[in-house]
Amino acid sequence: MVPLPVSIAIAHLRARRRQSAVSILGVALGVGFFIAISGMMHGFQQYFLVQIVESTPHVLITDEYRAPPAQPLEVLEPHAALDLRRVVARDPVRGIANAQAILDALEAMPGLEAAPALRGQGLLRRAGRDYGVTVLGIRPEREARATQLAGEMVAGRLDALDAAPDGVILGSGLAAKMAIGMGDSVLLASPTGGTARLRVVGLFKTGIETLDTGQIYVQLAKQQAVQGRPRVINEIRIRLAEVARSIPVADALERRFGYKAAPWEETNSRVLSVFRLQNVIIYMTTGAILVVAGFGIFNIISTVVLEKARDIAILRSVGMPPATVTRIFIVEGLVVGLVGMLVGWVVAVGIAEALRMIPAPGSTDPTQTLRVDTSPLSFAIAGGIALATSVLAAWLPASRAARIDPLTIIRGAV
Amino acid sequence: MTGAVVQEEGGLRAVDLVRVLPGPVPTVLVDGVSLTIRPGSLAAITGPSGSGKSSLLYLLGLLDRPTSGDVLVDGAPTAGLDSATRDRLRLERFGFVFQFHFLLPEFSVLDNVLVPMRELGALSGTAMRSRALEILDSLDMAEQADKLPAQLSGGQRQRTAVARALANDPPFILADEPTGALDTRNAAAVFEILHGLARAGRTVAVVTHDAGLAATAPQRFHLVDGRLVAIPTAA
Repeated sequence: MVPLPVSIAIAHLRARRRQSAVSILGVALGVGFFIAISGMMHGFQQYFLVQIVESTPHVLITDEYRAPPAQPLEVLEPHAALDLRRVVARDPVRGIANAQAILDALEAMPGLEAAPALRGQGLLRRAGRDYGVTVLGIRPEREARATQLAGEMVAGRLDALDAAPDGVILGSGLAAKMAIGMGDSVLLASPTGGTARLRVVGLFKTGIETLDTGQIYVQLAKQQAVQGRPRVINEIRIRLAEVARSIPVADALERRFGYKAAPWEETNSRVLSVFRLQNVIIYMTTGAILVVAGFGIFNIISTVVLEKARDIAILRSVGMPPATVTRIFIVEGLVVGLVGMLVGWVVAVGIAEALRMIPAPGSTDPTQTLRVDTSPLSFAIAGGIALATSVLAAWLPASRAARIDPLTIIRGAV
Repeated sequence: MTGAVVQEEGGLRAVDLVRVLPGPVPTVLVDGVSLTIRPGSLAAITGPSGSGKSSLLYLLGLLDRPTSGDVLVDGAPTAGLDSATRDRLRLERFGFVFQFHFLLPEFSVLDNVLVPMRELGALSGTAMRSRALEILDSLDMAEQADKLPAQLSGGQRQRTAVARALANDPPFILADEPTGALDTRNAAAVFEILHGLARAGRTVAVVTHDAGLAATAPQRFHLVDGRLVAIPTAA
């Protein structure tokens, strides 16, 4: 037999079908929108992260140090009370020293592909206009193993750069901006004064605006010549078989080689912190719907408590303890929350399916629609919040019901 | 007053019961009442309006706590009991019938009778239903078992309330103006039911305004201003 508080709670809710339905609908909409909107945001973030992970190195070793190297005097007298000021450092030769040895060592490590690069700034000149770009000098065959550039080519091939010492690969956005295409020539100028006339042998598209409109690839030797830095590289771009291990691998490489090794999470930390903020805003906004639904539950149960004062009085007079009276109204809140949660899950699936039919804004592919990632965890979180809100909303009127003095009601009965 | 204080251990006994409502001007509801309702007896509590009849009944039924004095239930004092124990004692040993039936409107007649049994939880579901139907049958209400209170007459509702009071087979039945909202025929029928319960061995206390019905009670107590007084003779 169903416990007495549950029977009474269900009887109360069934007696107020319309009010109960509105409360359940409130919870259901809260749960549905919470799951669907957070799913859409999560989907967008996942898509963006995949683009980042696919288009940028998982670990990037650069010719920088996290902390300046110790001065010789500090090394000689580690315990001395020194106060060194205005130390003029010797202008070091920028670039990764012993780069080949490091590359060989990396090559010997399993689950890891490394590609050398020389990064520098440059100006592309075309029809009297200059376009500031980041120039990456690469070894195409290594780059193909360490990044997804080969897969991101939308015209030409990456290995065409191998066969063309004067070749350049541009982002599709930059090419459109400059109104150039395959086979066209452009002039590249470096800040050091070096210049080279280049011919477009390929176009890539990553989906990341800053890369597609601001980055170009040339042969490593060409970049070294234009920048006036022969045999120098300042980046080692690393791709991991297990991207989730980027942080420990970066730590290990930095400890071993001394140079700054940044995992992709660090390189894109600003984007990730924006995502975190975005998540907080989304959860707060959609969570607010559930809180409003909680007010609905509070309202209906408060009304029931007022209307049912006589019933409560008789239940107390036959010996029902106050805790059981409280339980009746908590169960009412819980039933509304539970049914609302189940209906809300169905609503969420519906909203998510509807969102998946909307074309992705800004996409050049007309078949590409919004990505909505609704995970079981998001269903569980939304359901948990709905149930907790329902119980909390029921708690106040329920405890007021338990405090009702049966004698006051029985004496006052007319 | 024919209900003399006796030294029996059984039954329901009030010892110097005082109930004062606190406030800027304290109100004395019950003022030093001592009485004993014998086991298997029906006691009528009478008196004018505001004389403290119902207050005395609520004290006897452990629905209210006395300011001083005690209520002995089968000889056991109750003044020192905590609320949970008093709740439990009420559930197991007392049945209440009020002037207004106070039936749960969403529950059928049968489900209303089942409420105290389900709260006590001493019987299986089948046994509870069987006992509830037995009680309803004894009150000529078995055919109404599936009806809602709104579908019953006033007399039938009050008989349902009596059936609910009997649900846990309590030795004490306390009724507060059980016939107050009924016509003469139904009032007599309900009072006869209460007599029958006393004859069956239960201790029954009834607050009533109806002198004619009260006159049929073996024990009678008359209150004026919260005190027991001699029963006035008919003019």
